[in-house]
Parts: sequence; C-alpha cells; structure tokens
Amino acid sequence: LVLACVICSPQNYPLYIRSIPAENELKFHYTVHTSLDVVDEKISAMGKALVDQRELYLGLLYPTEDYKVYGYVTNSKVKFVMVVDSSNTALRDNEIRSMFRKLHNSYTDIMCNPFYNPGDRIHSRTFDNMVNSMMMQVC
Amino acid sequence: MEQGATGGPAAAATAAATTASTASTAACGGGTGGLLLALSESEQQRYSELFSRCCPAPEAAAGGSSVGELFRASQLPPDTLHQITEVCGAKRVGYFGPAQFYIALKLIAAAQSGFPVRIESIKNELPLPQFTALKSDSEARYGTPAELHGVKFQVPHANLEKNSYKRTDEGDKQEPKSPPMSPICSPPASPSTYQRIPLTYGYGKSRSGLEQQHGAPYEVRHTTHQQDGPSSGNYGAKTALACSTLNRSLSAEREQQDSSTHYLDDPWRITEEQRDYYINQFRSLQPDLSSFISGSVAKNFFTKSKLPIPELSHIWELSDVDCDGALTLPEFCAAFHLVVARKNGYQLPETLPETLLPEYLQAASLKPIRDCALFDSYSESLPGSQQARDFSRTEKASAEEVPDKSALLQDGKKDDKQALKGSITLKTIPKEFQHLTVKTAAQESNAFRARPRSRSYSSTSIEDAMKKGEEPPTPPPRPQKSHSRASSLDLNKIFQQNTQALRSGWLPPPPPALPPRPSASQEVVLAQPPSKPARRKLWTETQGLDTPELSPTVNVTSSLPAVKPHLPVQKQSSKQKRAIQTAIRKNKEANAVLARLNSELQQQLKEVHKERIALETQLEQLRPVTVL
Repeated sequence: LVLACVICSPQNYPLYIRSIPAENELKFHYTVHTSLDVVDEKISAMGKALVDQRELYLGLLYPTEDYKVYGYVTNSKVKFVMVVDSSNTALRDNEIRSMFRKLHNSYTDIMCNPFYNPGDRIHSRTFDNMVNSMMMQVC
Repeated sequence: MEQGATGGPAAAATAAATTASTASTAACGGGTGGLLLALSESEQQRYSELFSRCCPAPEAAAGGSSVGELFRASQLPPDTLHQITEVCGAKRVGYFGPAQFYIALKLIAAAQSGFPVRIESIKNELPLPQFTALKSDSEARYGTPAELHGVKFQVPHANLEKNSYKRTDEGDKQEPKSPPMSPICSPPASPSTYQRIPLTYGYGKSRSGLEQQHGAPYEVRHTTHQQDGPSSGNYGAKTALACSTLNRSLSAEREQQDSSTHYLDDPWRITEEQRDYYINQFRSLQPDLSSFISGSVAKNFFTKSKLPIPELSHIWELSDVDCDGALTLPEFCAAFHLVVARKNGYQLPETLPETLLPEYLQAASLKPIRDCALFDSYSESLPGSQQARDFSRTEKASAEEVPDKSALLQDGKKDDKQALKGSITLKTIPKEFQHLTVKTAAQESNAFRARPRSRSYSSTSIEDAMKKGEEPPTPPPRPQKSHSRASSLDLNKIFQQNTQALRSGWLPPPPPALPPRPSASQEVVLAQPPSKPARRKLWTETQGLDTPELSPTVNVTSSLPAVKPHLPVQKQSSKQKRAIQTAIRKNKEANAVLARLNSELQQQLKEVHKERIALETQLEQLRPVTVL
C-alpha cells in the first residue's frame, strides 16, 4: 500500500505532502528527503544524453527493509516521490507507473489553474481527492 | 398545541367537518399511495378550517389562488412550497383536493419545524403550521404566535431567503423541478402538468430586492426589462449589491431556512436573467461567444470579485471541466455563478453540481423541446468522445454548427426564453439549429475534455499526440443539412471558428471542396491568433474525437424538414461545394499558421540549445582538468 506521496519543486522544496499513517510522518519526510538525492543523481547521470531521451519514470530509487521508494520526474524538474510498503508485493511496476501518470495528469491540471502560482503549495481539493482515492485504492 | 384553545370555539362547528375530514384523511391516505396520515384533533380542526377557507364552495378542490396565498403566508421559501406542492400530490392530480391540502399543511408544519419536506416527516408529531396574518379575520387566530414572526418577516419582505434568490422561479413556469429528496409517492413533475395547476405563487414581490442583481422577478407578467441593469456590466456595483444582500439575508435568519440545505442543487441552477448577464460579461471579455477566455484574463476578472485566492482557485477547478486553462461560455457561466453564490454566502461544493456542467448549460440554453431522437443521439455521443475518432468531420461540422450557435446565442435570447418556458411551438428553423448547436457545444466541450488526456499520457507528449492525430480513420461522407442555412454571415463565422480551432499541423485530408470565399474574411480570421497556441496544438486531434458523433446526429438532423423551404435543392449542392472549398482553404490557412508556429518554436529550441552548449563549455573551462 502506498504510504506517502510527495511532490517536490525543482528547487527541492515540497509542494505537496500526503502520507497515510498519521504517526511516523517525520520518518516519511526524512525518507523522501534523502531520496531526493537519489533522484538528483539519476537526473544528472543522464545529463550527457539529450533531455528527450530521459525517462520520466525513475523506478525504484532504493529499497529499505520496510518500504520502497519510487521516483518520477517531469520535464520541468518537478519530482514526484512515492513511498510504498515493502510487504505489498502485489504492487507491480506498471501500477506504480500508472499512479505516477495520474499524479502527473492531476499536476498539470492544477497548473492550468490561473490562480495557482507555480511554486506554491498545492491546496487543491480536487487534487487531494484524487491522491486520496489513488492511495486508498491501492490499499 | 397552542392553537387548541383558539380551535375550541370552532370545535362545535367543525365537529361535523371533523368526521368528514377523518374520512377524507383516510381517503387522502389512499390517494397518496397508501400513506395514512394520522391527524390529531387540533390538526384536523385547523386543517378543515383552512380548507374551508380556501375552498368556500362545496366543490372538492381548493381554489388555487387562496391556497397560494395561504402557503405564502407560511413564510416558507418558495422552493419549499414548490416541493410541498409536489409531495402532497397536487401536481399529480392537478388541484388541491382535501387530501392534498391536508398533506400540504402538514408538510408546511414540518418545514416550519425544520424537517425536510418528505412524506416521512409528517408522520411525526408536529406543531400546527403557522401562517402570518392574512386579510380575513379568521386567520388572525392562526397567526397569533406567528404574528410576531410575521411582522418581523414582512418588514424585510424584500429580503430574500438565502436559497431563493437563486430560485429558479422559472421552475414556476418552465423547468420541471425535481428536488433530490422528493418522496417516492410524489409524481414526476413535468412542465405541462405543472402549468395546468392553477397555482400561482406570487413570489415576485420578494424578488424586488434582488432585481438588480439578477434581473426580473419571476412572475409571468414581469418581463426581463431589468436585464438592462445587470447587463451594464458593472461588476463592482454588482458585488457591492451582493454584499449588501448577504448582510440583509444574514440579518434575518429564520427557522424555515433549515430546509434550505435540502435545496443544494437548486441554488446551482442558473436562471435566464443570470445567464444573460453572464453572457454579457463574457462578451465584454471575449467578443466571440464561442471562443475562450484565457486563464489570465479570467483570473483578472474574477480577482475583481474580491474573493480569496484559494476560493477562486477552487472555483476555477470546479468550472474548468476540461482543464485546459481557458473558459468557454458555459464554463464561464458556471464559474461566474459559483462566484456569485460564494459572495452570497453559499459554501462552494466539492464537485460541480450537475446543473452547472457545461453540457447541461449548453443544453439548457438551447433546449430542443422535441425530437428526442436527436437528444438521444446527443447524449450517447457524449460518452464516446474520448477515443480517437474521425477527424475531418469536425472541421466541417463544427464550422457549421459553431457559427450557428454563436449566431443563435446572439439573437436567440428569445429562443432561450421559449425553450425554457417549455413551449413546444418552436419554429423548425431555430429548433434545428438548437439541435446543431447543442451537438457543437457538446463536441467542443468533449474536445476540451479529451485534450488533456492526450496531452499527458506519454513521457514525450508531442510524439504521442502526433500519433493520435494520425490515427483517426478517413471521414465519412459529408451530411447535407449543415449547409442548408448557409449565408455569408454564417460562413464568415465558419472561417473564424475553423481557423481558430485548427491550429495543429496534423490535419487529415481536407473535406470535399467548397467554393472560394472572399479573401477579406480570411484576413480577418488570420488576424485573430489563438490565445494559447501551444495548447491548441492538440486540440484538433481531439476535436476529431467528436466529429464522428456529430455525423450521426447531423444525419438525423438531415432527416428533419428543410429549414428554408425556398432554397432549391441545386443551391444546396452548390453551397456544399462552396462549403467544401471553404473548408479546404481554412485548413490550408491553419496549416500555414501552424507551420509558422512550428518554425518559431524550433527557433526557440535552437536558441535554448545554444545557450546550453555555451553554459556547458563555460563549465568545462571552469572545472579543473580531469581525466575522462
């Protein structure tokens, strides 16, 4: 089950944080923060190649004994990070990809809102609902 | 019961009536689908007195006007009263018989106590319904506890109940109102049956306070001359008025307003006057009614309403259903309506109410009364918009219908009123174009809705979008009917619409040839670049999603009788040719524009590349020499 979902700006500050278990939130925050380093590493690793060829989905960033962290980055360097419970082996890569795609779609929808300034925290109710439903459905 | 004492003197007189009413109560139970009302003694007395007052003659039915007066005196909001009328079955039977009357009275009592208007609520023990002092002396008794309220209520009579200024008192005359909580035994209210009932709730008086806000009171005899006030486009004055209305409405809270929460759907229905006002506002921002308002323009406009930004953001999210960053006319109306509602104290809903959906708004504004076949095909075409579809039909069909729609909007206010009044006497010409424009609107909205899907489904969005653009199959043969009303004005609008629409470079083979159009119109068209070229790139291919459903609908349209009987058949075919050639020309223009756009973007890309290379070389120079 998806434990946490974070959207980070290109400057690596969080735009949106949602985690399901209310306790231990700080642990997830820390995990996501450290995973940002891995994301940056992956981005820069492909720096020599053309930007077009870079995949948006970064895959498993690193596994720990409790959970796995997946990453996704957009063309404008907005990073989506998802923390998934390790015990859930039914969650396949494709599903993670589709979840990231949904996240990306909703994110672009938010971008379309002229009242949203890029770089603001995301307070949209629609987005919250979408993320909730996505995380719940996996659980 | 507080009225028990007052009922005492009348007890003897109504003893006989009581037995009669008991029988009728049982009868009314049977009449309302098996519901047995148990009325207490005082209730029976009261109800029979009221009934005899309303129904002086020994006839079975109460006079509509006196019933209306009585209901109004209950100081319930008019929509509550509508609901009560529905629930009690008066609509079904067409008059207020004793059964319906008693049920209505009990429902009034329930509503005044804050219960929802349902059959279940009147099974409880309820106080007697209270009516403010009316003309005759006999009612003075009834009003004693309520007179205090009555005085208070009648002074701010212009003060509108919160939920009723949005009141679609067009529901008075036109649209069927089916409140979500109408009980099972309430008959479906259709406009025709409603109008048969001689119930005229004169709620127009109470609208005077908000005339300026959204136009006329809703009595039939009042026309929409108040339209001029709001349509002057003075947003500031409007919001000031809205604020003052909010204050007034808040200052006189009444217990009946508990029932207002049950009409959550109804405040989200846009009345005719509101719609006209919104359309005028739209026109002030964007003269072309069938085009968009860009996000920044809309943002400036709605920021003037002084609502907090998060709320405006939420309103935008609700109303921009296709998430394209621009507002079409129905989206704009929905957004405006939400802003107005919010300023008047309504909480914003979590999801867009059904009555504010673009399809609903467009269907409502150009409601085809007859020809359900068209409407069925319309409704089934809506869900089918998401797949890649036939493309070239869009241009032609949308070209034809969109200008018709805008033409209709501009000169069709009368038609709107006709449509909403539920009259079935529409001429074939406007009716046909209502059908066409409904389809167009649907297809446009579907196009916009479908657009973001194609935009974001792939990592390299442009490539995938291109693939989708090439997917649509070849277009079916062009329908005939769309040309039948071709006039120079319409075809000019076709140009505008089409070139604005077709901004992508992936147009399929052009439709059959049209005769050449004057070049002046083309230049006019080219002078209007779209406000969002980047987004419109993907528009056309998704427009293709909608054309196919247009063809079945237009085919059905073609089965309708000819629009202008004086147009000979030969003219139609020649006009077709002209239309086809026009479309070819439009497509070529669109191609040209898109090619230009493409080259500009390529240039930008090259520049950015150069910058990047420059930065990289700088970096290399600054970095200490490393062995690679």
